[in-house]
Amino acid sequence: MSSEPIIQLKNVNKTFGTQHVLRGTNLSISEGKTTVIVGGSGQGKSVIIKHILGLIQPDDGEVLVYGKDINRISKKELREIRTNFGVLFQSAALFDSMTVFDNVALPLRERTKKSGKVIADIVNENLALMDIVGSNEKYPAQISGGMKKRVGLARALVLNPKIVFFDEPTTGLDVAKSNEIYRVFFKSQAQLGYTAVIVSHDVPKIFKLADYVALLYQGQVQDYLTPEEFQLSDDPIIRTFVETTMGQLYSSKSMEGE
Amino acid sequence: MEKILGYFEKLGDTALYYLDQTGRMGIFLFFSVASIFKPPYKISPIIKQVYIIGALSVSVILFTGAFTGMVLGLQGYHTLNKVGAEAWLGSMVALGLIRELGPVMAALMVTGRAGSAICAEIGIMRISEQIDALDCMAIDPHKFIIAPKFIAGVISLPLLTAIFDVVGIFGGYAVGVGLLGASEGAYFSSIYSNVEFADVYMGLVKPLCFGLLITWICSAKGYFVHLERNASFGAEGVSRATTNAVVLSSVCILVFDYILTSLLI
Repeated sequence: MSSEPIIQLKNVNKTFGTQHVLRGTNLSISEGKTTVIVGGSGQGKSVIIKHILGLIQPDDGEVLVYGKDINRISKKELREIRTNFGVLFQSAALFDSMTVFDNVALPLRERTKKSGKVIADIVNENLALMDIVGSNEKYPAQISGGMKKRVGLARALVLNPKIVFFDEPTTGLDVAKSNEIYRVFFKSQAQLGYTAVIVSHDVPKIFKLADYVALLYQGQVQDYLTPEEFQLSDDPIIRTFVETTMGQLYSSKSMEGE
Repeated sequence: MEKILGYFEKLGDTALYYLDQTGRMGIFLFFSVASIFKPPYKISPIIKQVYIIGALSVSVILFTGAFTGMVLGLQGYHTLNKVGAEAWLGSMVALGLIRELGPVMAALMVTGRAGSAICAEIGIMRISEQIDALDCMAIDPHKFIIAPKFIAGVISLPLLTAIFDVVGIFGGYAVGVGLLGASEGAYFSSIYSNVEFADVYMGLVKPLCFGLLITWICSAKGYFVHLERNASFGAEGVSRATTNAVVLSSVCILVFDYILTSLLI
C-alpha cells in the first residue's frame, strides 16, 4: 500500500440479534485512493460503512478515522470528523420535502456562512457537474432513480469532502444509468481528488474504478489487493468469488501449470 | 419451575426495555432542549412549525372549543337551575374551560392532529436514512428537525388553548343565554367577578407544559422508530410508533394535568 491509511477497522465485531455479522474485521483504507468493498448479499458491507460513519457502534474492536477511535470521542469531535465526509446512500436519502436545489444547498446553508447568491452558484455548478440541468425545483419523488443518485452525489460533494462513501451506487439502475453514475464518479474524483470507499455488487465493472479491492466473506475482510492482484489471487475464497461473479479466468500461472 | 423462571425473565426483559426507553427519551429531551440554545438561530423553521402545529390546528380547536362550551352551557344550566343558581353559569363555564377543559382538550386535539404528523414525519425520515444523512453531513438532527418543533409546540399550545377557551365561553353563552334563556348580564358579570389571575395562570402554565410534552413524546417516538420493541420497519413500523406516540401523549397529558393541578391549585 503506497499511502498512509486514514481509516482503519481493527478486530471489529458486530452482532444483530443472533446474527454475527462482523467477526473480527480488519480493514485499512488509503488516502486519495478508491477502495471497493465487495462480497455477497448480507455479508455486512454496508455495516462496515455505517461503522466508519459512526452510525453504528461495534460490540468490540476499534474504528479509527484520522487516528481517532470514533467510538471513544465526544459528539463534537465526531461531528468535526464528519465534516470531512460525503455520503451517497443506497437510497440516496434525499429530503423528500425539499426540492433538488434545496437538498444540495442544505449542507452549505447549515455549515457555512455563504450568501444565498454564492450558495446558488455552487449548487448550480455541482448540479451541472452531475449533468442535472433544469430540475432544480423538482422534488425527489418527481425524478428518476438515476437522477436521485446523481443529486445525492452532488449533495455529498458540495462541501468538497476529503472522503466520500458510496453505498451501492448503482443498485436498481439499468446499465446505461450505472455507466452514467460511473462517469460522474470519474469526473468528480478527477476534479476533487477525494478518497473513495465504495460498497458494490457490480462486479467486474466496479473494478475499473478501484485502486484496491477488499472482499468481505463471513464477517472478515479476506484481503486488500489491487484489482489485478485480486482477480489473479490464489486465495480459494477470492478465487471462488471471482469465478462466480466473472466466470473462469485465463491465468498463465494457474492454468498453464496444470 | 422453568415456566416461573421464564415468566420472571420476561418480566425483567420488559422492565429493562422500558428503563432503556425512558433513559433514551430523557437523553433525547436533554439534547433537544440544549440544541435550542446553540447557534445558528434561525426563525423561518420555527415559523413553519408554528404554522403546521398551530395555525393548521385552529379549525379543529374552533369546533371542539365551541361544542365543549355548548355542552358545558347545557349541562351547567340544567344543574344550576335546580338550585336556582343559573346566574353562576358564566363563571362555571369559564372556570371549567380556563382551568381544566381548555388546556386538556386543546392538547388532546393537537396530539391527534399535529403530534401524529410529527411522529410520522420523523419516523419516515429515520427509516429512509434522512436522519443518518443529516448526521453524516455533520448537521445536528436535534437542532435541525426537533428544536423548531419544540419551540413551535410551546408557542402554539397556549395560543390554541386561549382560542379554545374564548370560543368555548361563547359556545356556553349561545346555549345558556341564547337557547335556554339565562341572563346575559349575569353570564358575563359572573365571569368577570369569579375568574382570577391564578386561574388564567394555571390555564397558561398547563398548555406550556403540554406543548413540550406532546412534541417531546411524538418526536422521540418517531426518532427512535427503529428501536421500538418488536419493531417492524417501513410503513408498519411508523404506523405503530405513531399510534404509540398518540396514546402515550394522551395518557401523559391527563397524568400531568393532575400533577400540575395539584401543584398550582
